[in-house]
Amino acid sequence: MTAAASAPTQEPTLAIVRPRRESTSSWPLADRLAHLLCWTVGIGLCLLTAAIVLLMLVKGISQLRLHLLLEPPSPSLHQSQSGGFSTPIIGTLIVTAIGTAVAVPAAVALATWLSEYGRPRWLARAVESGIETIAGIPSIVLALFGLLIFARPFFGILSGSANNGSVSGQSFLVAGLVMALLAMPLVASTVLEGFMQLPPRLREASFALGKTRASTTRHVLLPAIRPAIASGSVLGMGRIIGDTAIIWILLGGTLKNVPVGSAPIVSTLRGTGSTLTSYIYSNAVGEGNSHQKAYAAAFVLLLIVLALNALVTRLSGGRSAYLPGGLGARR
Amino acid sequence: MSAQTTQLAGAPRGASGQQDAPRERRAAHLVDAARDRRVELLLGAVAVSVVALIGLILATVLINGWPSFAANGLSWFAPGGDIVTQFRAMQTGIPLPGHPLLYFRAWPLIWGTLLSTAGAVAIALVVSTLAAIFLTEFAPGPVRRVLAPVVRLLAGVPSVIYGLVGILAIVPWVNENLISNGRRQSVAYVVQLNGANLSTAILILTVMILPIMVALTANALASVPVSWREGSAALGVNRWRTIWRVSLRAARPAIAAGTVLATARALGEAVMLAMLSGGRPFEANPLDGFTFLFEPIETLAAGILQEFGGETNTPIGHTAYAMGALLLFSAAMLSFASWAVKQRLRRYGVGS
Repeated sequence: MTAAASAPTQEPTLAIVRPRRESTSSWPLADRLAHLLCWTVGIGLCLLTAAIVLLMLVKGISQLRLHLLLEPPSPSLHQSQSGGFSTPIIGTLIVTAIGTAVAVPAAVALATWLSEYGRPRWLARAVESGIETIAGIPSIVLALFGLLIFARPFFGILSGSANNGSVSGQSFLVAGLVMALLAMPLVASTVLEGFMQLPPRLREASFALGKTRASTTRHVLLPAIRPAIASGSVLGMGRIIGDTAIIWILLGGTLKNVPVGSAPIVSTLRGTGSTLTSYIYSNAVGEGNSHQKAYAAAFVLLLIVLALNALVTRLSGGRSAYLPGGLGARR
Repeated sequence: MSAQTTQLAGAPRGASGQQDAPRERRAAHLVDAARDRRVELLLGAVAVSVVALIGLILATVLINGWPSFAANGLSWFAPGGDIVTQFRAMQTGIPLPGHPLLYFRAWPLIWGTLLSTAGAVAIALVVSTLAAIFLTEFAPGPVRRVLAPVVRLLAGVPSVIYGLVGILAIVPWVNENLISNGRRQSVAYVVQLNGANLSTAILILTVMILPIMVALTANALASVPVSWREGSAALGVNRWRTIWRVSLRAARPAIAAGTVLATARALGEAVMLAMLSGGRPFEANPLDGFTFLFEPIETLAAGILQEFGGETNTPIGHTAYAMGALLLFSAAMLSFASWAVKQRLRRYGVGS
């Protein structure tokens, strides 16, 4: 039996027509049991996914009210007075915008260097495994790191300061920057995958016309992998939107947006606040303790994730979001 | 794409300009080369900064956690005492009698992390492999077309939502239906049992890491060359054994990659476990028999999230950073292990 795994023949053979319904009666008992187990697990997976989707749908729709989306939260023990989650939604948008704006250019630069230059070789290998290592660091450790760096007086401009003059290191700007670190590996690996799937003739044609590497990259390769950059960015956004630990530690966990200073937009960015994830967290376990509102906020968050997911599927040509196939190869 | 066609259209113009001024063209070429070099250096600087960043993360977190390690020595990793009282002592600034202020024994948290991660990854490994086989081999067309995108969606669901479902739907149910009064009383002198416990933590952690493992394994199974399986079938091997011995074996690199990814996620999961464990760092004891499954746990990541108040230079801050350093070390070891495993499996595998 084990010999079956040995080298396959490469000669053209007639296509094997598998019968529609295959009888398992000739199989050994162990195989039949395993086959049965496989079906059980498969059907269990179907039921599980259906249960999660239905639960969120039912709970979310039954709790979602329009006024929840429009009112800011306020600290109150009464459910009718504790407001909605308009500012957490805005907070999510701010953090995602900052994180994506920083992560995507950095990741594209990184992937470009790895794919088009990559010299010396050992350095490229170190960078590659470095990206993988960052991807494996728990987000809570990234949050600890961010706090340590941005609470230095040097970065005082990015966040507010406590009464005794020390820098708090907690603000939308800081959270967004650390989120960029969280999203960067995902974006970089997606873009790199896009580079690798480009046909070599693209580069060769450009070099043959006397273009330099930089010019080829700028005018030929980057436009060709635009779908990969787009789907990488959206994947990164999804990662940022879903993270709670960084928000909890670096955004101060205040229910409302607390601006620092008086400049109109900068004050919000320098101040603390909340996002949908931290709103859900504090309402599920913390002082807020309103399960209905947590469900409603979770439903909104899930809708955003769903929309981003659909976007990734569209951008990557209907292929898997994890192994983007045929990205740049499309005409 | 359009850029490509412009390049092609520009070709004749470049050719006709050839006879004009060769010297100018060479000068232009030198300028181009210099610009190319500048771009390479710039991009290279970005790339090198990534490596530098990892060094910075390792160094800063370890340095800030060092006072905690230094005050406790190797006993930092050992069992001893109640974590909550140790944290309260640090918070109030009154050291426990006979101990320094930074006295801390992390074993209950390490034990909780080990239990939940190992449990969830072990279950998810078996379930995801079978589920991926089902998805690629046995599922009827319509089921597959619906299930595949839904699994991908579940992989992207934020952990806080899993935590919410856990704490509001599963925990109360487990508390009411699975834990008998006798069991509650049998351990009432050390710990109070409720629905937030080891088994619910493992259950929800499994559900959380399952989709990504299923997606990776299914992708790899689908990309096993048909000829390999036809070769097996032609030798008279039945379909299940062909899947088991040929396809699954070829998909091993992807399974390994998925397992490492899932372990990293389970190890670093803070929010969901913080919601579930309810801040009761108890050292679940396997000697309690079946009750063991219903004892509360707390993990390193969840402990950081719950105890760390945002001040880095306090006793609690140092302890939290020491816990973070341990997590960081584990994550680095994990990515090293994944690299080593992939090197070995890559030769006969598909995907990764």
